[in-house]
Amino acid sequence: MLHNLSIGELADRLGKRQISSAELTQHFLGRIERLNPALNAMITLTAKQALADAAAADARLAAGERGPLLGIPLIHKDIFCTDGVKTSCGSRMLDNFVAPYDATVVARLKAAGTVMLGKSNMDEFAMGSSNETSYYGPVKNPWDTAKVPGGSSGGSAAATAARLTPFATGTDTGGSIRQPAALTGVTGLKPTYGRVSRYGMVAFASSLDQAGMFTRSAADAAAVLQVMAGFDARDSTSVDVAVPDYSKTLSQPLKGMKIGLLREFFEGLEPRNAALLEDALNIYTGLGAETLQVSLPHLPLSVPTYYVVAPAECSSNLSRFDGVRYGYRCENPKDLMDLYKRSRGEGFGAEVKRRIMTGTYVLSAGYFDAYYLKAQKARRLITDDFRAAFDKVDLVIGPTTPTPAFDIGAKMDDPVLMYLNDIYTIGANLAGLPGVSVPCGFVDGLPMGLQLIGPHFAEAKLLNAAHQYQQATDWHTHAPRGYA
Amino acid sequence: MSLTRQDVEKIAHLARLSITAQEMPVYVSSLSSIVDFVDELSRADTEGVLPMAHPLDGQHQRLRADAVAETDHHEKYQRNAPAVTAGLYVVPRVIE
Repeated sequence: MLHNLSIGELADRLGKRQISSAELTQHFLGRIERLNPALNAMITLTAKQALADAAAADARLAAGERGPLLGIPLIHKDIFCTDGVKTSCGSRMLDNFVAPYDATVVARLKAAGTVMLGKSNMDEFAMGSSNETSYYGPVKNPWDTAKVPGGSSGGSAAATAARLTPFATGTDTGGSIRQPAALTGVTGLKPTYGRVSRYGMVAFASSLDQAGMFTRSAADAAAVLQVMAGFDARDSTSVDVAVPDYSKTLSQPLKGMKIGLLREFFEGLEPRNAALLEDALNIYTGLGAETLQVSLPHLPLSVPTYYVVAPAECSSNLSRFDGVRYGYRCENPKDLMDLYKRSRGEGFGAEVKRRIMTGTYVLSAGYFDAYYLKAQKARRLITDDFRAAFDKVDLVIGPTTPTPAFDIGAKMDDPVLMYLNDIYTIGANLAGLPGVSVPCGFVDGLPMGLQLIGPHFAEAKLLNAAHQYQQATDWHTHAPRGYA
Repeated sequence: MSLTRQDVEKIAHLARLSITAQEMPVYVSSLSSIVDFVDELSRADTEGVLPMAHPLDGQHQRLRADAVAETDHHEKYQRNAPAVTAGLYVVPRVIE
Protein backbone atom coordinates (compact mmCIF):
# COMPACT_ATOMS: atom_id res chain seq x y z
CA MET A 1 0.00 0.00 0.00
CA LEU A 2 1.12 3.53 -0.82
CA HIS A 3 1.06 4.69 2.80
CA ASN A 4 3.62 2.10 3.86
CA LEU A 5 6.17 3.15 1.28
CA SER A 6 9.20 5.19 2.29
CA ILE A 7 9.75 8.70 1.01
CA GLY A 8 12.51 7.32 -1.23
CA GLU A 9 10.19 4.74 -2.75
CA LEU A 10 7.44 7.31 -3.24
CA ALA A 11 9.85 9.74 -4.91
CA ASP A 12 11.02 6.93 -7.17
CA ARG A 13 7.46 6.11 -8.27
CA LEU A 14 6.63 9.77 -8.74
CA GLY A 15 9.80 10.19 -10.81
CA LYS A 16 8.90 7.21 -13.00
CA ARG A 17 5.37 8.65 -13.31
CA GLN A 18 3.91 5.40 -11.96
CA ILE A 19 1.85 7.45 -9.54
CA SER A 20 0.96 11.12 -9.47
CA SER A 21 1.22 13.49 -6.56
CA ALA A 22 -2.53 14.05 -6.93
CA GLU A 23 -3.24 10.33 -6.38
CA LEU A 24 -0.86 10.24 -3.44
CA THR A 25 -2.45 13.33 -1.91
CA GLN A 26 -5.96 11.92 -2.39
CA HIS A 27 -4.84 8.67 -0.78
CA PHE A 28 -3.56 10.38 2.37
CA LEU A 29 -6.48 12.82 2.56
CA GLY A 30 -8.79 9.80 2.42
CA ARG A 31 -6.90 8.14 5.25
CA ILE A 32 -7.07 11.29 7.36
CA GLU A 33 -10.81 11.57 6.77
CA ARG A 34 -11.36 7.93 7.70
CA LEU A 35 -8.86 7.42 10.52
CA ASN A 36 -8.24 10.78 12.15
CA PRO A 37 -11.58 11.08 13.99
CA ALA A 38 -10.41 8.36 16.40
CA LEU A 39 -7.04 10.06 16.91
CA ASN A 40 -7.71 13.83 16.90
CA ALA A 41 -4.24 14.33 15.44
CA MET A 42 -5.24 17.26 13.23
CA ILE A 43 -6.34 20.83 13.93
CA THR A 44 -6.75 22.04 10.34
CA LEU A 45 -7.12 20.19 7.04
CA THR A 46 -6.06 22.00 3.87
CA ALA A 47 -7.46 19.54 1.31
CA LYS A 48 -8.27 22.07 -1.41
CA GLN A 49 -4.87 23.75 -1.31
CA ALA A 50 -3.22 20.31 -1.10
CA LEU A 51 -4.82 19.19 -4.35
CA ALA A 52 -3.76 22.43 -6.04
CA ASP A 53 -0.20 21.99 -4.75
CA ALA A 54 -0.21 18.36 -5.88
CA ALA A 55 -1.26 19.45 -9.38
CA ALA A 56 1.59 21.97 -9.39
CA ALA A 57 4.03 19.24 -8.31
CA ASP A 58 2.70 16.96 -11.05
CA ALA A 59 3.29 19.74 -13.60
CA ARG A 60 6.90 20.07 -12.40
CA LEU A 61 7.34 16.28 -12.66
CA ALA A 62 5.81 16.29 -16.15
CA ALA A 63 8.31 18.96 -17.15
CA GLY A 64 11.11 16.59 -16.20
CA GLU A 65 12.00 18.00 -12.80
CA ARG A 66 12.94 15.47 -10.10
CA GLY A 67 13.50 15.92 -6.38
CA PRO A 68 13.60 13.78 -3.26
CA LEU A 69 10.48 15.52 -1.85
CA LEU A 70 8.83 16.74 -5.06
CA GLY A 71 5.14 15.77 -4.84
CA ILE A 72 5.44 14.19 -1.37
CA PRO A 73 2.64 15.05 1.11
CA LEU A 74 3.40 16.21 4.65
CA ILE A 75 1.74 17.56 7.79
CA HIS A 76 3.06 20.60 9.64
CA LYS A 77 2.88 20.95 13.40
CA ASP A 78 0.51 23.85 14.06
CA ILE A 79 3.38 25.85 15.57
CA PHE A 80 4.77 26.76 12.13
CA CYS A 81 3.31 29.85 10.49
CA THR A 82 1.61 29.00 7.20
CA ASP A 83 0.66 31.96 5.02
CA GLY A 84 -3.13 32.28 4.80
CA VAL A 85 -3.75 29.20 6.98
CA LYS A 86 -4.81 29.20 10.65
CA THR A 87 -1.82 28.74 12.96
CA SER A 88 -3.22 28.04 16.43
CA CYS A 89 -0.27 26.61 18.37
CA GLY A 90 -2.90 24.45 20.09
CA SER A 91 -4.22 27.49 21.96
CA ARG A 92 -7.46 29.39 22.32
CA MET A 93 -5.22 32.46 22.21
CA LEU A 94 -4.48 31.84 18.51
CA ASP A 95 -7.70 30.05 17.53
CA ASN A 96 -8.54 33.01 15.28
CA PHE A 97 -5.00 33.64 14.01
CA VAL A 98 -4.30 33.31 10.29
CA ALA A 99 -0.56 33.51 9.74
CA PRO A 100 0.41 36.33 7.36
CA TYR A 101 3.63 34.63 6.20
CA ASP A 102 5.37 31.25 5.92
CA ALA A 103 7.92 30.01 8.45
CA THR A 104 11.28 29.32 6.79
CA VAL A 105 10.77 25.58 7.39
CA VAL A 106 7.43 25.79 5.58
CA ALA A 107 8.85 27.90 2.74
CA ARG A 108 11.81 25.55 2.19
CA LEU A 109 9.64 22.43 2.15
CA LYS A 110 7.15 24.18 -0.13
CA ALA A 111 9.90 25.14 -2.58
CA ALA A 112 11.04 21.49 -2.60
CA GLY A 113 7.58 20.58 -3.93
CA THR A 114 5.96 19.06 -0.84
CA VAL A 115 2.19 19.11 -0.47
CA MET A 116 0.75 20.20 2.91
CA LEU A 117 -2.22 18.03 3.93
CA GLY A 118 -2.93 20.08 7.06
CA LYS A 119 -1.73 21.17 10.48
CA SER A 120 -1.33 18.83 13.41
CA ASN A 121 -2.57 18.98 16.98
CA MET A 122 -0.08 19.75 19.74
CA ASP A 123 0.23 20.67 23.39
CA GLU A 124 -0.68 24.32 23.86
CA PHE A 125 2.34 26.45 22.88
CA ALA A 126 4.33 23.18 22.87
CA MET A 127 4.11 22.97 26.67
CA GLY A 128 3.36 19.41 27.62
CA SER A 129 4.58 15.84 27.37
CA SER A 130 1.30 14.13 26.57
CA ASN A 131 -0.66 16.31 24.13
CA GLU A 132 -3.37 16.76 26.73
CA THR A 133 -2.94 20.54 27.12
CA SER A 134 -4.25 21.34 23.61
CA TYR A 135 -7.27 23.64 23.34
CA TYR A 136 -8.48 21.18 20.68
CA GLY A 137 -8.49 18.17 22.99
CA PRO A 138 -6.00 15.36 23.52
CA VAL A 139 -4.46 13.36 20.69
CA LYS A 140 -4.88 9.58 21.01
CA ASN A 141 -2.06 7.11 20.49
CA PRO A 142 -2.79 4.89 17.44
CA TRP A 143 -1.28 1.89 19.28
CA ASP A 144 -3.95 2.22 21.99
CA THR A 145 -6.39 5.10 21.92
CA ALA A 146 -6.66 5.10 25.74
CA LYS A 147 -2.98 6.17 25.84
CA VAL A 148 -1.28 9.48 25.17
CA PRO A 149 0.93 9.83 22.08
CA GLY A 150 3.46 11.91 24.02
CA GLY A 151 4.01 15.60 23.48
CA SER A 152 4.28 18.26 22.60
CA SER A 153 4.33 17.25 18.90
CA GLY A 154 1.81 14.45 19.58
CA GLY A 155 -0.37 15.09 16.53
CA SER A 156 2.57 14.90 14.12
CA ALA A 157 3.82 11.72 15.81
CA ALA A 158 0.42 10.01 15.85
CA ALA A 159 -0.25 11.00 12.22
CA THR A 160 3.10 9.59 11.06
CA ALA A 161 2.61 6.38 13.05
CA ALA A 162 -0.94 5.94 11.71
CA ARG A 163 0.32 6.40 8.15
CA LEU A 164 -1.80 9.52 7.62
CA THR A 165 1.25 11.16 6.05
CA PRO A 166 4.69 10.08 4.84
CA PHE A 167 6.23 12.55 7.30
CA ALA A 168 5.47 15.46 9.60
CA THR A 169 7.34 18.38 11.09
CA GLY A 170 7.76 18.93 14.81
CA THR A 171 9.61 21.03 17.35
CA ASP A 172 11.68 19.91 20.31
CA THR A 173 12.35 22.17 23.31
CA GLY A 174 12.76 19.47 25.97
CA GLY A 175 12.00 16.27 24.06
CA SER A 176 8.88 17.21 22.11
CA ILE A 177 9.99 15.31 18.99
CA ARG A 178 11.94 12.40 20.49
CA GLN A 179 9.50 11.51 23.30
CA PRO A 180 6.35 11.29 21.12
CA ALA A 181 8.38 9.52 18.40
CA ALA A 182 9.31 6.86 20.99
CA LEU A 183 5.76 6.52 22.31
CA THR A 184 4.25 6.11 18.82
CA GLY A 185 6.96 3.93 17.26
CA VAL A 186 8.37 6.32 14.66
CA THR A 187 11.73 7.94 14.00
CA GLY A 188 12.11 11.47 15.40
CA LEU A 189 15.09 13.75 14.92
CA LYS A 190 15.93 16.92 16.84
CA PRO A 191 18.80 18.64 15.04
CA THR A 192 21.53 20.77 16.63
CA TYR A 193 20.35 24.11 18.03
CA GLY A 194 20.62 26.58 15.14
CA ARG A 195 20.75 23.92 12.40
CA VAL A 196 17.16 24.55 11.25
CA SER A 197 15.68 28.05 11.15
CA ARG A 198 13.27 29.07 13.91
CA TYR A 199 11.86 31.94 11.83
CA GLY A 200 8.07 31.72 11.82
CA MET A 201 8.03 29.00 14.48
CA VAL A 202 6.03 30.27 17.46
CA ALA A 203 8.63 30.74 20.20
CA PHE A 204 8.45 28.87 23.51
CA ALA A 205 11.99 28.86 24.95
CA SER A 206 14.28 30.50 22.42
CA SER A 207 17.59 29.08 23.68
CA LEU A 208 16.21 25.52 23.48
CA ASP A 209 13.67 25.40 20.61
CA GLN A 210 14.63 23.51 17.48
CA ALA A 211 12.62 22.19 14.54
CA GLY A 212 12.86 18.63 13.31
CA MET A 213 10.73 15.85 11.85
CA PHE A 214 8.88 12.56 12.29
CA THR A 215 9.45 9.88 9.67
CA ARG A 216 9.21 6.12 9.53
CA SER A 217 12.93 5.65 8.99
CA ALA A 218 16.28 7.36 9.43
CA ALA A 219 16.76 7.35 5.65
CA ASP A 220 13.55 9.37 5.27
CA ALA A 221 14.70 11.74 8.02
CA ALA A 222 17.93 12.33 6.09
CA ALA A 223 15.96 13.34 2.98
CA VAL A 224 13.78 15.75 4.94
CA LEU A 225 16.61 17.27 6.99
CA GLN A 226 18.47 17.94 3.74
CA VAL A 227 15.73 20.41 2.80
CA MET A 228 15.03 21.86 6.27
CA ALA A 229 18.62 22.50 7.38
CA GLY A 230 20.64 25.56 6.49
CA PHE A 231 21.48 29.12 7.37
CA ASP A 232 18.68 31.67 7.54
CA ALA A 233 19.47 35.35 8.00
CA ARG A 234 15.98 35.82 9.46
CA ASP A 235 16.81 33.74 12.55
CA SER A 236 19.47 35.46 14.63
CA THR A 237 20.57 32.14 16.16
CA SER A 238 20.74 30.29 12.85
CA VAL A 239 24.27 28.99 12.36
CA ASP A 240 26.18 29.37 9.12
CA VAL A 241 27.68 25.88 8.94
CA ALA A 242 27.74 23.90 5.67
CA VAL A 243 24.99 21.28 5.31
CA PRO A 244 26.49 17.89 4.41
CA ASP A 245 24.79 15.32 2.16
CA TYR A 246 22.96 13.35 4.86
CA SER A 247 21.87 10.50 2.58
CA LYS A 248 25.38 9.86 1.29
CA THR A 249 26.78 8.66 4.62
CA LEU A 250 23.80 6.52 5.71
CA SER A 251 25.39 3.31 4.46
CA GLN A 252 28.80 3.82 6.00
CA PRO A 253 29.83 0.81 8.07
CA LEU A 254 29.87 1.40 11.83
CA LYS A 255 33.14 -0.44 12.30
CA GLY A 256 35.23 1.47 14.79
CA MET A 257 32.43 3.80 15.86
CA LYS A 258 32.51 4.39 19.61
CA ILE A 259 29.10 4.49 21.29
CA GLY A 260 28.92 5.61 24.91
CA LEU A 261 26.44 4.07 27.33
CA LEU A 262 25.20 6.85 29.56
CA ARG A 263 25.56 5.39 33.03
CA GLU A 264 23.03 7.83 34.51
CA PHE A 265 20.47 6.74 31.91
CA PHE A 266 20.85 3.04 32.59
CA GLU A 267 20.80 3.24 36.37
CA GLY A 268 17.40 2.26 37.73
CA LEU A 269 15.96 1.58 34.30
CA GLU A 270 12.83 -0.57 34.25
CA PRO A 271 14.05 -4.15 33.45
CA ARG A 272 12.03 -4.59 30.24
CA ASN A 273 13.21 -1.22 28.95
CA ALA A 274 16.77 -2.20 29.89
CA ALA A 275 16.41 -5.53 28.05
CA LEU A 276 15.40 -3.76 24.83
CA LEU A 277 18.43 -1.50 25.07
CA GLU A 278 20.64 -4.51 25.78
CA ASP A 279 19.38 -6.05 22.51
CA ALA A 280 20.12 -2.80 20.68
CA LEU A 281 23.65 -2.69 22.07
CA ASN A 282 24.21 -6.25 20.84
CA ILE A 283 23.07 -5.18 17.38
CA TYR A 284 25.54 -2.30 17.48
CA THR A 285 28.44 -4.49 18.58
CA GLY A 286 27.45 -6.92 15.85
CA LEU A 287 27.69 -4.04 13.36
CA GLY A 288 31.25 -3.39 14.48
CA ALA A 289 30.69 -0.52 16.88
CA GLU A 290 32.50 -0.42 20.17
CA THR A 291 30.45 0.34 23.27
CA LEU A 292 31.89 1.82 26.43
CA GLN A 293 30.55 3.41 29.60
CA VAL A 294 30.46 7.17 29.93
CA SER A 295 29.13 9.29 32.75
CA LEU A 296 27.41 12.65 32.88
CA PRO A 297 27.62 13.33 36.63
CA HIS A 298 25.54 16.52 36.46
CA LEU A 299 22.73 15.00 34.44
CA PRO A 300 20.42 14.65 37.49
CA LEU A 301 20.33 18.47 37.48
CA SER A 302 18.87 18.62 34.00
CA VAL A 303 15.15 18.47 34.79
CA PRO A 304 15.21 21.19 37.50
CA THR A 305 17.52 23.28 35.31
CA TYR A 306 15.15 22.97 32.38
CA TYR A 307 12.11 23.84 34.49
CA VAL A 308 13.75 27.12 35.41
CA VAL A 309 15.24 28.08 32.03
CA ALA A 310 12.29 27.07 29.82
CA PRO A 311 9.54 28.79 31.89
CA ALA A 312 11.72 31.91 32.24
CA GLU A 313 12.08 32.18 28.47
CA CYS A 314 8.41 31.27 27.98
CA SER A 315 7.21 34.02 30.31
CA SER A 316 9.22 36.49 28.29
CA ASN A 317 8.23 35.15 24.85
CA LEU A 318 4.54 34.87 25.64
CA SER A 319 4.32 38.45 26.87
CA ARG A 320 3.68 39.32 23.20
CA PHE A 321 0.14 37.95 23.51
CA ASP A 322 -1.55 41.08 24.76
CA GLY A 323 -5.01 41.00 23.20
CA VAL A 324 -4.13 44.08 21.15
CA ARG A 325 -2.35 43.16 17.92
CA TYR A 326 -3.52 39.60 17.27
CA GLY A 327 -5.01 36.65 19.08
CA TYR A 328 -7.79 36.40 21.62
CA ARG A 329 -9.31 39.52 23.22
CA CYS A 330 -11.69 39.32 26.20
CA GLU A 331 -15.23 40.76 26.03
CA ASN A 332 -15.90 44.30 27.34
CA PRO A 333 -12.57 45.18 28.97
CA LYS A 334 -13.05 47.96 31.50
CA ASP A 335 -9.55 49.36 31.04
CA LEU A 336 -6.24 48.43 29.44
CA MET A 337 -5.02 46.42 32.45
CA ASP A 338 -8.27 44.46 32.48
CA LEU A 339 -7.88 43.84 28.73
CA TYR A 340 -4.35 42.44 29.20
CA LYS A 341 -5.17 40.31 32.22
CA ARG A 342 -8.44 38.82 31.07
CA SER A 343 -7.34 38.30 27.44
CA ARG A 344 -4.33 36.35 28.73
CA GLY A 345 -6.19 34.69 31.60
CA GLU A 346 -8.98 33.46 29.31
CA GLY A 347 -6.85 32.89 26.17
CA PHE A 348 -4.18 30.69 27.78
CA GLY A 349 -4.84 27.24 29.21
CA ALA A 350 -3.89 26.00 32.68
CA GLU A 351 -0.42 24.59 31.91
CA VAL A 352 0.67 27.62 29.88
CA LYS A 353 -0.37 29.92 32.73
CA ARG A 354 1.50 27.70 35.18
CA ARG A 355 4.68 27.96 33.10
CA ILE A 356 4.34 31.71 32.60
CA MET A 357 3.95 32.17 36.36
CA THR A 358 6.87 29.85 37.15
CA GLY A 359 8.99 31.88 34.75
CA THR A 360 7.80 35.18 36.13
CA TYR A 361 8.66 34.00 39.64
CA VAL A 362 12.20 32.79 38.84
CA LEU A 363 12.95 36.03 37.01
CA SER A 364 11.45 38.33 39.64
CA ALA A 365 13.48 40.68 41.81
CA GLY A 366 15.19 38.83 44.66
CA TYR A 367 14.90 35.38 43.08
CA PHE A 368 16.82 35.83 39.81
CA ASP A 369 20.21 34.78 41.21
CA ALA A 370 18.88 31.82 43.16
CA TYR A 371 16.98 30.33 40.23
CA TYR A 372 17.72 31.67 36.77
CA LEU A 373 21.41 32.44 37.20
CA LYS A 374 21.94 29.22 39.15
CA ALA A 375 20.19 27.24 36.40
CA GLN A 376 22.36 28.84 33.70
CA LYS A 377 25.42 27.73 35.68
CA ALA A 378 24.06 24.20 36.05
CA ARG A 379 23.38 24.26 32.33
CA ARG A 380 27.08 24.81 31.69
CA LEU A 381 28.01 21.91 33.98
CA ILE A 382 25.68 19.59 32.04
CA THR A 383 27.03 20.84 28.71
CA ASP A 384 30.62 20.34 29.87
CA ASP A 385 29.76 16.75 30.90
CA PHE A 386 28.56 16.03 27.37
CA ARG A 387 31.66 17.64 25.90
CA ALA A 388 33.89 15.43 28.06
CA ALA A 389 31.91 12.36 26.98
CA PHE A 390 32.34 13.26 23.30
CA ASP A 391 36.11 13.38 23.81
CA LYS A 392 35.88 9.62 24.32
CA VAL A 393 32.99 8.52 22.10
CA ASP A 394 31.31 9.44 18.79
CA LEU A 395 27.73 9.16 20.06
CA VAL A 396 25.97 8.34 23.30
CA ILE A 397 23.04 5.97 23.64
CA GLY A 398 20.22 5.56 26.13
CA PRO A 399 16.47 5.19 26.39
CA THR A 400 14.22 7.96 25.05
CA THR A 401 11.59 7.61 27.78
CA PRO A 402 11.36 5.85 31.18
CA THR A 403 8.12 4.03 30.24
CA PRO A 404 5.90 3.35 27.24
CA ALA A 405 2.83 5.54 26.59
CA PHE A 406 0.76 6.15 29.73
CA ASP A 407 -3.01 6.49 30.14
CA ILE A 408 -4.71 9.70 29.10
CA GLY A 409 -5.37 11.63 32.33
CA ALA A 410 -2.84 9.69 34.43
CA LYS A 411 -0.41 12.55 35.08
CA MET A 412 -2.46 15.66 34.48
CA ASP A 413 -2.92 16.47 38.17
CA ASP A 414 0.77 16.34 39.02
CA PRO A 415 2.94 18.67 36.91
CA VAL A 416 6.21 17.51 38.47
CA LEU A 417 5.43 13.85 37.69
CA MET A 418 4.64 14.93 34.10
CA TYR A 419 7.89 16.90 33.86
CA LEU A 420 9.92 13.82 34.85
CA ASN A 421 8.87 12.20 31.58
CA ASP A 422 11.47 14.33 29.88
CA ILE A 423 14.31 13.12 32.07
CA TYR A 424 16.28 11.48 29.22
CA THR A 425 15.59 14.06 26.52
CA ILE A 426 16.16 17.42 28.23
CA GLY A 427 19.96 17.16 28.44
CA ALA A 428 20.36 17.39 24.66
CA ASN A 429 18.29 20.59 24.56
CA LEU A 430 20.21 22.25 27.38
CA ALA A 431 23.47 21.49 25.58
CA GLY A 432 22.09 22.27 22.09
CA LEU A 433 22.95 18.76 20.85
CA PRO A 434 21.26 16.74 18.11
CA GLY A 435 19.34 13.63 19.14
CA VAL A 436 17.31 10.96 17.43
CA SER A 437 14.79 8.45 18.75
CA VAL A 438 14.29 5.20 16.84
CA PRO A 439 11.86 2.35 17.60
CA CYS A 440 13.63 -0.48 19.48
CA GLY A 441 10.86 -2.88 20.52
CA PHE A 442 7.70 -3.16 22.57
CA VAL A 443 6.71 -3.21 26.24
CA ASP A 444 3.12 -4.32 26.93
CA GLY A 445 2.39 -4.09 23.20
CA LEU A 446 3.44 -0.42 23.12
CA PRO A 447 6.45 0.89 21.20
CA MET A 448 9.64 2.04 22.93
CA GLY A 449 12.47 4.15 21.56
CA LEU A 450 16.20 4.23 21.90
CA GLN A 451 17.92 7.57 21.79
CA LEU A 452 21.22 8.52 20.20
CA ILE A 453 22.77 11.89 21.01
CA GLY A 454 25.77 13.32 19.18
CA PRO A 455 28.07 16.34 19.30
CA HIS A 456 26.97 19.61 17.70
CA PHE A 457 26.29 19.22 13.96
CA ALA A 458 26.76 15.42 14.06
CA GLU A 459 23.37 14.76 12.42
CA ALA A 460 25.00 12.76 9.61
CA LYS A 461 26.63 10.41 12.11
CA LEU A 462 23.40 10.05 14.12
CA LEU A 463 21.41 9.22 11.00
CA ASN A 464 24.12 6.81 9.87
CA ALA A 465 23.98 4.95 13.20
CA ALA A 466 20.16 4.99 13.22
CA HIS A 467 19.97 3.78 9.61
CA GLN A 468 22.42 0.93 10.21
CA TYR A 469 20.34 -0.17 13.20
CA GLN A 470 17.21 -0.08 11.03
CA GLN A 471 18.96 -2.19 8.38
CA ALA A 472 19.60 -4.83 11.05
CA THR A 473 16.17 -4.66 12.75
CA ASP A 474 12.56 -4.23 11.64
CA TRP A 475 11.04 -2.42 14.66
CA HIS A 476 10.55 0.73 12.60
CA THR A 477 8.37 -1.13 10.07
CA HIS A 478 5.70 -2.19 12.58
CA ALA A 479 2.37 -0.41 12.10
CA PRO A 480 -0.31 -0.07 14.76
CA ARG A 481 -3.24 -2.48 14.29
CA GLY A 482 -5.84 -0.98 11.97
CA TYR A 483 -3.38 1.41 10.35
CA ALA A 484 -1.16 -0.97 8.34
CA MET B 1 3.50 25.34 50.82
CA SER B 2 6.52 27.34 49.74
CA LEU B 3 4.27 29.94 48.07
CA THR B 4 1.27 31.66 49.62
CA ARG B 5 -1.89 32.81 47.94
CA GLN B 6 -0.54 36.38 48.19
CA ASP B 7 2.68 35.32 46.42
CA VAL B 8 0.72 33.78 43.56
CA GLU B 9 -1.54 36.82 43.27
CA LYS B 10 1.53 39.02 42.97
CA ILE B 11 3.14 36.74 40.34
CA ALA B 12 -0.12 36.65 38.38
CA HIS B 13 -0.27 40.44 38.43
CA LEU B 14 3.34 40.74 37.22
CA ALA B 15 2.54 38.25 34.43
CA ARG B 16 -0.70 40.13 33.58
CA LEU B 17 -2.84 37.04 34.08
CA SER B 18 -6.30 37.05 35.60
CA ILE B 19 -6.67 33.96 37.78
CA THR B 20 -10.15 32.95 38.91
CA ALA B 21 -10.99 32.10 42.54
CA GLN B 22 -11.46 28.44 41.56
CA GLU B 23 -8.08 28.27 39.79
CA MET B 24 -6.15 29.93 42.62
CA PRO B 25 -5.76 27.01 45.10
CA VAL B 26 -4.56 24.73 42.27
CA TYR B 27 -1.87 27.23 41.31
CA VAL B 28 -0.79 27.81 44.90
CA SER B 29 -0.18 24.10 45.38
CA SER B 30 1.24 23.25 41.94
CA LEU B 31 3.55 26.28 41.77
CA SER B 32 4.76 25.45 45.29
CA SER B 33 5.59 21.90 44.26
CA ILE B 34 7.44 23.16 41.16
CA VAL B 35 9.43 25.65 43.22
CA ASP B 36 10.31 22.90 45.73
CA PHE B 37 11.36 20.68 42.84
CA VAL B 38 13.64 23.23 41.16
CA ASP B 39 15.09 24.09 44.58
CA GLU B 40 17.19 20.93 44.11
CA LEU B 41 19.46 23.25 42.15
CA SER B 42 20.50 25.02 45.34
CA ARG B 43 22.44 21.89 46.30
CA ALA B 44 24.54 21.97 43.13
CA ASP B 45 28.08 23.26 43.52
CA THR B 46 28.37 26.00 40.93
CA GLU B 47 31.23 27.89 42.55
CA GLY B 48 33.22 29.69 39.85
CA VAL B 49 31.01 28.42 37.00
CA LEU B 50 30.12 30.98 34.35
CA PRO B 51 26.40 31.12 33.54
CA MET B 52 25.70 29.77 30.07
CA ALA B 53 23.62 32.02 27.86
CA HIS B 54 23.97 30.25 24.51
CA PRO B 55 24.04 26.52 23.79
CA LEU B 56 26.75 26.87 21.13
CA ASP B 57 30.18 28.13 22.07
CA GLY B 58 31.47 31.29 20.47
CA GLN B 59 28.11 32.32 19.03
CA HIS B 60 27.30 35.97 19.24
CA GLN B 61 24.32 38.00 18.26
CA ARG B 62 24.66 38.67 14.57
CA LEU B 63 24.10 42.16 13.24
CA ARG B 64 22.78 42.90 9.79
CA ALA B 65 23.40 45.83 7.52
CA ASP B 66 21.25 48.83 8.40
CA ALA B 67 19.23 48.65 5.21
CA VAL B 68 15.49 48.44 4.58
CA ALA B 69 14.64 44.77 4.12
CA GLU B 70 10.89 44.78 4.70
CA THR B 71 8.02 46.28 2.80
CA ASP B 72 4.81 47.58 4.38
CA HIS B 73 2.48 44.72 5.33
CA HIS B 74 0.40 46.48 7.94
CA GLU B 75 -2.95 45.84 6.27
CA LYS B 76 -2.29 42.14 6.03
CA TYR B 77 -0.98 41.96 9.60
CA GLN B 78 -3.88 43.97 11.00
CA ARG B 79 -6.39 41.51 9.62
CA ASN B 80 -5.56 39.50 12.75
CA ALA B 81 -6.16 42.42 15.12
CA PRO B 82 -9.24 42.41 17.38
CA ALA B 83 -9.94 46.13 16.73
CA VAL B 84 -8.41 48.51 14.19
CA THR B 85 -9.42 52.01 13.11
CA ALA B 86 -7.62 53.93 10.36
CA GLY B 87 -4.61 51.60 10.56
CA LEU B 88 -4.34 51.98 14.33
CA TYR B 89 -4.85 49.31 16.99
CA VAL B 90 -7.75 50.25 19.26
CA VAL B 91 -7.59 49.73 23.03
CA PRO B 92 -9.72 51.06 25.92
CA ARG B 93 -9.11 54.74 26.73
CA VAL B 94 -5.81 55.15 28.61
CA ILE B 95 -5.73 58.93 29.19
CA GLU B 96 -8.87 60.56 30.56
